[in-house]
Amino acid sequence: MPITTVHVNRYYLEPRMNWASFYAVISGVNRHSTGIGRVWLSVLFIFRLLVLVVAAESVWGDEKAHFTCNTQQPGCNSVCYDHFFPISHIRLWALQLIMVSSPALLVAMHVAHRRHLDKKLYRRTGRGSPKELEQLKLQKMKITGALWWTYIISLLFRVLFESAFMYLFYRIYPGYKMFRLVKCDSYPCPNTVDCFVSRPTEKTVFTVFMLAVSGVCILLNITEVVFLVARATSQHLNNSKDSPLGAWITQKLFSY
Amino acid sequence: MNWGTLYTQLTGVNRHSTSLGKIWLSVLFIFRVSVLVVAAETVWSDEQADFVCNTLQPGCENVCYDHFFPISHVRLWCLQLIFASTPPLLVAMYVAHRRHEDKRGILCASRSRAKQEEDLESLRKRRLPITGALWWVYAASLLFRLLFEAVFMYALYAIYDGVWLPRLVRCEEVPCPNEVDCFVSRPTEKTVFTVFMAAASGACMVLNVAELAYLVAKAATRGPARRGVRKGQADYAAKDKGLLQMMRNETLMASSSSV
Repeated sequence: MPITTVHVNRYYLEPRMNWASFYAVISGVNRHSTGIGRVWLSVLFIFRLLVLVVAAESVWGDEKAHFTCNTQQPGCNSVCYDHFFPISHIRLWALQLIMVSSPALLVAMHVAHRRHLDKKLYRRTGRGSPKELEQLKLQKMKITGALWWTYIISLLFRVLFESAFMYLFYRIYPGYKMFRLVKCDSYPCPNTVDCFVSRPTEKTVFTVFMLAVSGVCILLNITEVVFLVARATSQHLNNSKDSPLGAWITQKLFSY
Repeated sequence: MNWGTLYTQLTGVNRHSTSLGKIWLSVLFIFRVSVLVVAAETVWSDEQADFVCNTLQPGCENVCYDHFFPISHVRLWCLQLIFASTPPLLVAMYVAHRRHEDKRGILCASRSRAKQEEDLESLRKRRLPITGALWWVYAASLLFRLLFEAVFMYALYAIYDGVWLPRLVRCEEVPCPNEVDCFVSRPTEKTVFTVFMAAASGACMVLNVAELAYLVAKAATRGPARRGVRKGQADYAAKDKGLLQMMRNETLMASSSSV
């Protein structure tokens, strides 16, 4: 998806700020990711965002309207719903998607900063023609040096946010299975009333699916970290004559 | 709510901001506007329909809802976001004004048409340094942003007595026959989002303060001599480094072609 952030903002914006614009901003980062990073982004958008918007939101659409308690006492429905569903699954997943995608912005900012420095250098060395600056904009940035560290940190934050949300999910809704019937006795319910959840099986299916995809995303991020570290290490080893770190690693490996 | 238009306007301003300003814009749109649109609006969607009072008296629910929720959280946040986003437009207007002046300068100067076109193109693409009058406009916009954010956060706190939404409120407005119990819909989820939006607001305020401190520090280290006042059209144009460089190149080329 070779599009820069600026152009996407101008041309692909819909009248409402919605997931499409969010997608546009995040996919701008895609060009500077590794292959695994692009796979992660596709998994994120196809299996999580799309499923959330197209399917899950309609499954959870009537969660409150059809949460029925076996009582005519006004207010009992509301209170029991609030007791058993402090925060809806849909909102948790939306927040998770937003938080998990935000470290990518760190990388985008670093790339923009590097480009700015490159532009300055080009201008100073007399290559400041608009054509050459355009070319610079389209060039893919190599993940080396400080950008490598920013990228690794962004990956670690992604793993951290995903795990934090999965843990939060487990704490709020232990067991991952959606119950059909809950028993509630909060005020103003007159006694212990039966309350029935709407579409529990369908919700269980989607919950398991979203959690599985979250797990896959965590694995992809960990694989990407390992890949980047391995690549950097092998580059150092290959250039061990130039790099003191490479020489040190080679020496340690061959001394055992 | 047409956030898309606001987004387009603000990304245009983004080019003339400092790096902290760019981070502020991202935090604003990702953690505030998109959370508001994607999540918060659905949580508050049934706030009046599901506000239930333990009475059959007609009108009691309406009156009690209006008493406890004079202005909905979602509307307060929308207003806050709109007000907090408008000071950068001040900066955009000033930049447009400066550009217009520079353009006039280029058109008045007696050069060939092709050179004029080139100068105008580079003028459009050039990023203005934050010095002189632009510095003051930018600093004023930061102060206004801070002011608006603080006022809205205070308003939210004052109207709702904090961030926590109760499950049950007791109401005795006319026409309710006595003190009735009224139940708020989804109070826990609303509290979570209120805390989240308050935290994001706080983060934006911290970024604004940091940006202001950075601008002041930059101006202080630059020294009073370079914080110039507009003297005349020629001096004014010459202070712009890019334009100065172009004029230099031109004189060099003119002198080389005459040799």
